[in-house]
Amino acid sequence: MPDGLSISTPILSADGISKSFGSVPVLFSVSMDIRAGEVHALIGENGAGKSTLMKILSGFLQPTSGHIRVEGVDTELPGNGLSEALGIVLIHQELNLAEQMTVEENVFLGRELQSRGVLDRTAMRAAVHGFLDDIGLDISPQDRISQLSIAQKQMVEIVKAMSRDAKVLIMDEPTAVLTEAETELFFAQVRRLKERGTAIVFVSHKLAEVSAISDQVTVLRDGQWIGTHATKDLTPDSMAQMMVGRELSDLYPPMNEVDVDADHLLSVQNLTAPGVHDVSFDLRKGEILGFSGLIGAGRTAVFEAICGLSSRRSGSIEFDGASATFDSVAAARDAGVVYLTKDRKEKGLLLGQKMRPNLSLFALPKFVKGLSLDQKAEDAALERAIRRFDIRARDPNVNVGDLSGGNQQKLLLAKVMECDPRILIIDEPTRGIDVGTKQQIYHFIAAIAAEGVSVVVISSEMPEIIGLCHRVVVMREGEITGILTGEDINESEIVRYAAGLKRERQQ
Amino acid sequence: MTETAMSTAKSSKLNGFDLKTAGPAIALLILCVIGFLLNPAFLSEGNITNLLTRSAFIGIIAVGATFVITAGGIDLSVGSMAAVIAGVMIIVMNGAVDTFGTGLTTVLIGCGCSIILGLGAGLVNGLLTTKGKIEAFIVTLGTMGIYRSLVTYFADGGTLSLNYDIRGVYRPVYYESFLGLPIPVWVFIIVSIAGWFLMNRTAFGRYCTAIGSNESVAKYSAIKVDRVKTLTYVIQGLCVSLATIIYVPRLGSASSSTGVLWELEAIAAVIIGGTVLKGGYGRIGGTILGALILTTIGNILNFTDMISNYLNGTMQGLIIIIAVWLQRGDWGRKTSAD
Repeated sequence: MPDGLSISTPILSADGISKSFGSVPVLFSVSMDIRAGEVHALIGENGAGKSTLMKILSGFLQPTSGHIRVEGVDTELPGNGLSEALGIVLIHQELNLAEQMTVEENVFLGRELQSRGVLDRTAMRAAVHGFLDDIGLDISPQDRISQLSIAQKQMVEIVKAMSRDAKVLIMDEPTAVLTEAETELFFAQVRRLKERGTAIVFVSHKLAEVSAISDQVTVLRDGQWIGTHATKDLTPDSMAQMMVGRELSDLYPPMNEVDVDADHLLSVQNLTAPGVHDVSFDLRKGEILGFSGLIGAGRTAVFEAICGLSSRRSGSIEFDGASATFDSVAAARDAGVVYLTKDRKEKGLLLGQKMRPNLSLFALPKFVKGLSLDQKAEDAALERAIRRFDIRARDPNVNVGDLSGGNQQKLLLAKVMECDPRILIIDEPTRGIDVGTKQQIYHFIAAIAAEGVSVVVISSEMPEIIGLCHRVVVMREGEITGILTGEDINESEIVRYAAGLKRERQQ
Repeated sequence: MTETAMSTAKSSKLNGFDLKTAGPAIALLILCVIGFLLNPAFLSEGNITNLLTRSAFIGIIAVGATFVITAGGIDLSVGSMAAVIAGVMIIVMNGAVDTFGTGLTTVLIGCGCSIILGLGAGLVNGLLTTKGKIEAFIVTLGTMGIYRSLVTYFADGGTLSLNYDIRGVYRPVYYESFLGLPIPVWVFIIVSIAGWFLMNRTAFGRYCTAIGSNESVAKYSAIKVDRVKTLTYVIQGLCVSLATIIYVPRLGSASSSTGVLWELEAIAAVIIGGTVLKGGYGRIGGTILGALILTTIGNILNFTDMISNYLNGTMQGLIIIIAVWLQRGDWGRKTSAD
């Protein structure tokens, strides 16, 4: 048994759980106790077995050996979400909502209230209204899911779980796509659920959040149970160390000073576009420029407008000393300006295809010889990329959708680097990847900048903006509120500009 | 995540023989054996030649449909398009007799006209889907009705017949052979090779696959999505016009019943061949086999009295459903770890 603190019977516990897929073991005798009114964080690097353990705890997978106990009784959990009847609800990382249906319809999906064979819409609406009020979510039961923000969708999932009277709520990286403000709101809900006596298990890669919200932390590494500790006994640093099993001394690479006299490679003046209002900034050769702000502050929109992904209303862009308008992504790519999306599953990679066609897709004209594609060159490029970016695939013929998040991100970086860019724009470079891979990505970014490529890093994770960037642009509601340099690049300054408490006049 | 380890380790050894890829070929082989057992004349040279020639129309159209479907689209208008092109070709050739006589020139004018119409009709379908942002299903459903009624109108409800003297000049395109194979079969072979090369060896083919897999990824990867999608419809139109060029000399006429249900046969050939209907994976080789399978079924039914020839559609329908069921490929295998 892990060094438990409480004597009360755990509401859900795993005892010596092992799991193998075929001949590949992924969990080795893992134990974990989940108690009512407690927030239990599950941390570990990608591939440590967290998702598998969560699926076993919620009945989606059956363990190869070991026992699951519900309130102290050995139980074989029914699969396919039927464990919800026992009050155990898993919220998947990819939210499970019907996009074209309303909030109310989603919450009651599959167990609609009926009276005399007809849907009792009034009762359902009232119930959903009650839940929404309860957690302080400002949306209507009749809103369509497709119109909601990701944070709101997440809340709807929680409402769904509440309506099912969940005793144990298991969440896979609930905060991965939330801004800090949204995360705060989300945590407020979590605390309220906790007070109601709900047990909460959540996976997160954000260790600061784990410190802030959880009571217990269980660490997995390579399928092994490393330890369960009270959160107050741990620091984010010690958690990271337990996760990787080694010192993480230099998460961020040393910063190369940029030549202050270096030419402005990109100069944007008074850019206005959908979601962007009157934005001006410069980018030097070899510089790493951070873009910080809340989600929806218009950071992505700025670069989609620059790269020809969306239309531009007014403003001028100067690239390499000459006025430039990229009216297509291809034109931007040919000039050497590439954008790496934050949405690697929907906009970045073809998940059903293999690595080779994914790698060469962006720079495909480069691989055309005569009329046909030069497949030897593609193979060589893949070999190079695997070496340079340390992409680990068990089999080069694996579908990209089966790679871990970290390896997908490395492949995506390799894909845009095939274009030999002069300006690389990376949106959320480390979303949903583990700390070891994060460190690698940071070093790749620094190395790319050191080669003279200008890099723009758009990120909602403040430490990475602070640790990586030479200068930081802060945006709020489509406008730039401040450009920070040197000592000013710190969390409190950035937050002030991002929240609109401070604003500098643009020259 | 680790869950995938098992499936990849298992499949790597089996790559030499992939049931999904070989499926259509095996099906065709079985059909041929059945045909031979029912009537040995099935494998006679005359019948095989006949079978290949008959497959050529649907086959050529289906090669074009493979591009459209791979890029995530659909074209329901091909049958009507073939009919209206055939009709206009005949009108133009009959009209050109006065000026150019009944020689080769007139036939060439007819063929040129067919190609221009095919490209144009494809372009219309493509632009309405991409620039007009209307679902391909709706666009081509609409043009299907338009083309069908146009040919009826041109023929005034009856039949358009090609001038008898031109027929004599044009006739060899369907009935003559070159190196032992009928001309339509040669056209089919050339279109197939060109289609295979385009799909598997060029950037264009890769773009079609990428767009069909995920249009957003394609857009963010600097692919001109609208242009590529429009081009797939243009290729489809070109294929229809080629098929029409070899079809017209067969009967020398066109009517409102020309090319009826060709769109469904073409789509069926594509799907039987293993191309995924929702896009992202296209197989030209499979499409060709699919077209051969469909024609072979009809041919076998002609050879036997066991099943009425009127049930041809039933047999084709069954084959389509079975083919797709087999391709789903999860029969007999444990459901995945998810």
